[in-house]
Amino acid sequence: MSTETVDKTKDKEPLFSKKNRKLLSDPMNDDNPITVQVLGICSALAITVQLKPAVVMAMSVVFVMAAGNIIISLLRNMIPQRVRIIVMLTVIAALVILVDQVLKAYLFDVSKQLSVFIGLIITNCIIMGRFEAFAMGNGVWKSFLDGVGNAAGYGVILILVSIFREFFGTGTLWGIQLIPESWYMSNGGFYSDNGMMLLPPMALISVALIIWVQRSYNRKLIEEN
Amino acid sequence: MQELVNIFAKAIFVENMVFAYFLGMCSYLAVSQTVKTSLGLGAAVIFVLGMTVPINYLLENYVLAEGALTWLGEQYADVNLSFLTFILFIAVIASMVQLVEMVVEKFSPTLYSSLGIFLPLIAVNCAILGGSLFMQERSYSNITEASVFGLGSGVGFFVAIVALAAIREKIRYSNVPGPMRGLGITFVITGLMGIAFMSFMGIKL
Repeated sequence: MSTETVDKTKDKEPLFSKKNRKLLSDPMNDDNPITVQVLGICSALAITVQLKPAVVMAMSVVFVMAAGNIIISLLRNMIPQRVRIIVMLTVIAALVILVDQVLKAYLFDVSKQLSVFIGLIITNCIIMGRFEAFAMGNGVWKSFLDGVGNAAGYGVILILVSIFREFFGTGTLWGIQLIPESWYMSNGGFYSDNGMMLLPPMALISVALIIWVQRSYNRKLIEEN
Repeated sequence: MQELVNIFAKAIFVENMVFAYFLGMCSYLAVSQTVKTSLGLGAAVIFVLGMTVPINYLLENYVLAEGALTWLGEQYADVNLSFLTFILFIAVIASMVQLVEMVVEKFSPTLYSSLGIFLPLIAVNCAILGGSLFMQERSYSNITEASVFGLGSGVGFFVAIVALAAIREKIRYSNVPGPMRGLGITFVITGLMGIAFMSFMGIKL
């Protein structure tokens, strides 16, 4: 009897109850996958040299995360504990192939630019991490929200880092020249691009700066040591 | 023999998985709090890389590459299965990781609980898939070279994660600005270590 009433209250819970909205908004700041959970760093470093690939990558990850979380959450009672990694990787690989084909069909030039990195979504630990930590133990709608929220939190960091690196590294944004040509040293001006920004170590240091800013405003995230 | 030593040293220092390609960062950052756990994860990565690279080498050369199926018979000579690369490589990696997870859980429950979610996450450690993909790209001439490369990359990851863990144990005694404590300063350290390791680039034995 008691379980029945619990189930009924669960059914009555509105789609965007406070708890569900928290699932969406938490990963943006308090529980950000990159700066707090430390998941999905590799691709954040690899594809943030320019803004455009970073945006496409973020959108692909939103799709793979949301669809993957739904599938895993539907299958969660059928997956044997011992072989769950292989099941999850098969689901991710199938979804990534789907994204790859869609990009090839409709956004061919971007897909060419991203080629390797789309394949690397398979090994993006943010997806496996959320499957393990959330979708294996929660319902379909909640898992969907968790997937969208986490992928969006990941995308926000990706876009911030790539704006920073593209602007200071090449003086452009989305491929459009923002710093006037006449400012450059080669044209008799005073400015030159910081080529260091294009090297991988600077991606790490930009993420560190984002963490610094975020934690200065959100002091409860500060670690003990 | 010299060729093998060259591949091994190159995989550790010049083409270090972490510092030259920034692969495998997730577990690298999260499991480097103490030297002890980082030793455990490093050893697991050496094992998985050392096993998967030769297995994937065999798969690549006898199943996937164009004309690799010729040993089945002449009519298979122009079959090209290379579009299955990702799925087959990741399946091999995932099964090896599952094996390691069972072994660690059985023989070292403390290590198992301290590695937590990052043990199954070795399967999605980009360094592992990266190792197999680099092996494919560089087309090593025989399986010994491929295994030496796999072991070398594993040792490179091991060196990187243990070095970072040692630095982090020391940095606990320094007065880092509050918001940079933990993750933030670790990113900066890794960036500086990466710049330092860039000086190995171009060295040839």
